[in-house]
Amino acid sequence: MPAQDPSQSSPVPAGAAAGLPPVAPRTLKDRVLGVTRRLGLTGRGGVILGPYAWLVLFFFIPFLIVLKISVAEPAVGIPPFTKLVEWVDGGLDLHIRFSGFQALFDDDLYLLAYLNSLKIAFVSTLCCLVIGYPMAYAIATAPEKRRGPLLMLIILPFWTSFLIRVYAWMSILKDEGLLNNLLMGLGLIHEPLKILYSDLAVYIGITYSYLPFMILPLYATLEKMDHTLLEAAADLGARPWKSFLTITLPLSLPGIVAGSLLVFIPAVGEFVIPSLLGGSDTLMIGRELWNLFFNSRDWPSASAVAIALLAFLVGPIMIFQHFQGRDQDKGAA
Amino acid sequence: MRKSRLPMVLLGVGLAFLYLPIVLLVVYSFNDNRSLTVWTGFSLRWYHELLADSQMLEAAWLSLRIAFATACGAVVLGTLAGLMLARFGAFRGRALFAGMISAPLVMPEVIMGLALLLLFVSAEQLVGWPAGRGVLTIILAHITFTMSFVAVVIQSRLVSMDVSLEEAAMDLGARPAKVFFVITLPIIAPAIVSGWLLAFTLSLDDLVITSFVSGPGSTTLPMIVFSSIRLGLKPEINALATIVVAVVATGIALAGFLEARRARIREREESQAGRV
Repeated sequence: MPAQDPSQSSPVPAGAAAGLPPVAPRTLKDRVLGVTRRLGLTGRGGVILGPYAWLVLFFFIPFLIVLKISVAEPAVGIPPFTKLVEWVDGGLDLHIRFSGFQALFDDDLYLLAYLNSLKIAFVSTLCCLVIGYPMAYAIATAPEKRRGPLLMLIILPFWTSFLIRVYAWMSILKDEGLLNNLLMGLGLIHEPLKILYSDLAVYIGITYSYLPFMILPLYATLEKMDHTLLEAAADLGARPWKSFLTITLPLSLPGIVAGSLLVFIPAVGEFVIPSLLGGSDTLMIGRELWNLFFNSRDWPSASAVAIALLAFLVGPIMIFQHFQGRDQDKGAA
Repeated sequence: MRKSRLPMVLLGVGLAFLYLPIVLLVVYSFNDNRSLTVWTGFSLRWYHELLADSQMLEAAWLSLRIAFATACGAVVLGTLAGLMLARFGAFRGRALFAGMISAPLVMPEVIMGLALLLLFVSAEQLVGWPAGRGVLTIILAHITFTMSFVAVVIQSRLVSMDVSLEEAAMDLGARPAKVFFVITLPIIAPAIVSGWLLAFTLSLDDLVITSFVSGPGSTTLPMIVFSSIRLGLKPEINALATIVVAVVATGIALAGFLEARRARIREREESQAGRV
């Protein structure tokens, strides 16, 4: 059915009396709509244009610029980067950039930092999974009325400042901190454990900060699970642990993958936690990138580090988006 | 089937793990001692020192203004993006769009920060805008990464929403824009509010991206906090943390109260409707 004909709403169309077909008076709005429609700009198109243009400009293009600066060729007389060239060192720009990228593979520091970041992120993700799974499971199987408030309790720390939560661990883990005082008070240790400014503190900090990101997707899949399957398994004589391993765990796999990636990917590039809780020997690539950029002022090398980090993470990000997209496609269908 | 108590016990332990550090921060903010570990007596001195720290207060005011502008921008773009993903079916470039909107959810902040800074520097050289780094570039960067979170919130609300109301309105001849403003928007309004608050909080809290795109004279609260705790503990920060926790707790309690009241009203209306 066509939208209301404009001519019907005007009192007496000009041609009506003469028996001619009614001609709609062309208002300014009609004219504007006509022009935009001919340009292919419908209301729908206009809606798409806004967010699309924003993301292309502020998300897509920046990565192209990073890529360009990290592997720039000598022909870079292009205006956008001349200033960056000055940042480097006059005419030696090509050489320095090239070696900056090359350093990633030559200098042990970066390779070690990449590997250590992957290790720390991987172990922390596992810790989040081990701690988060029973929590998500307990909430999903709680009486329906209690699930909302319990979930709120998980999300609540997320609303307080991330920096401040990391800071809280500094006062707990330091040499004369609360944990050491407690352990020494109990007589379990006789001299303080050196936890703050070590890798262990970074594991604790990442696990603590990212735990809600693990629990939420896990809860979403566990909550949707069909509980009659478990009842059927119990009726058939399966023990609770067996039905958990053969039914619940496989069915919650999408949640496990989504939650793990939501922790792992940002943790690889984490900067704040290693620089506040880690020691000077805690190598993480996010920290190296920061140092290259802010301390060495070597933008091309920082870009090269970013590109290499992104190359590591493209796979995990695509998998994450695949899981993310499954919900989106539900909406598109 | 007997339900195991184990998960509930572990949930309790996990919640203790989540909350203990925050509780300790709050308790020690009232401690009359610099060491932060030995309780020597109740005192409000750290609050006095915090309120006397004009640099900190100025940064807090700047951060709040940036967060407000960010949340308003992100809620418009994020709602439109959520709408595109949930309602527009297959449009040209949908896969790229879905990728670009969900990538910032996990993208390490150092990468986003560096990329946005290089964009701003290149744009300034190319077209002279934005001139220098400062509040404007911080807001633009914050909108870019927070709109993804808003889009996720809006989209999941739209997907779970009953579409028959929208369809009925369209069958009766309402144009899409009218359907959106009259039917869809009121229904997703709570999601829009939580999206706004989420963007506000994320912006207020961001350190890494802000550090890359900020300029002289635009030092935000997280930047001040970071540079002061990097050198060691500072009891003033405990007082700041307590204020943040108090504000958040009040807000959540208020939201919970309003939500409970809404649910009660809805229940009553439904029971009345059932009686007819």
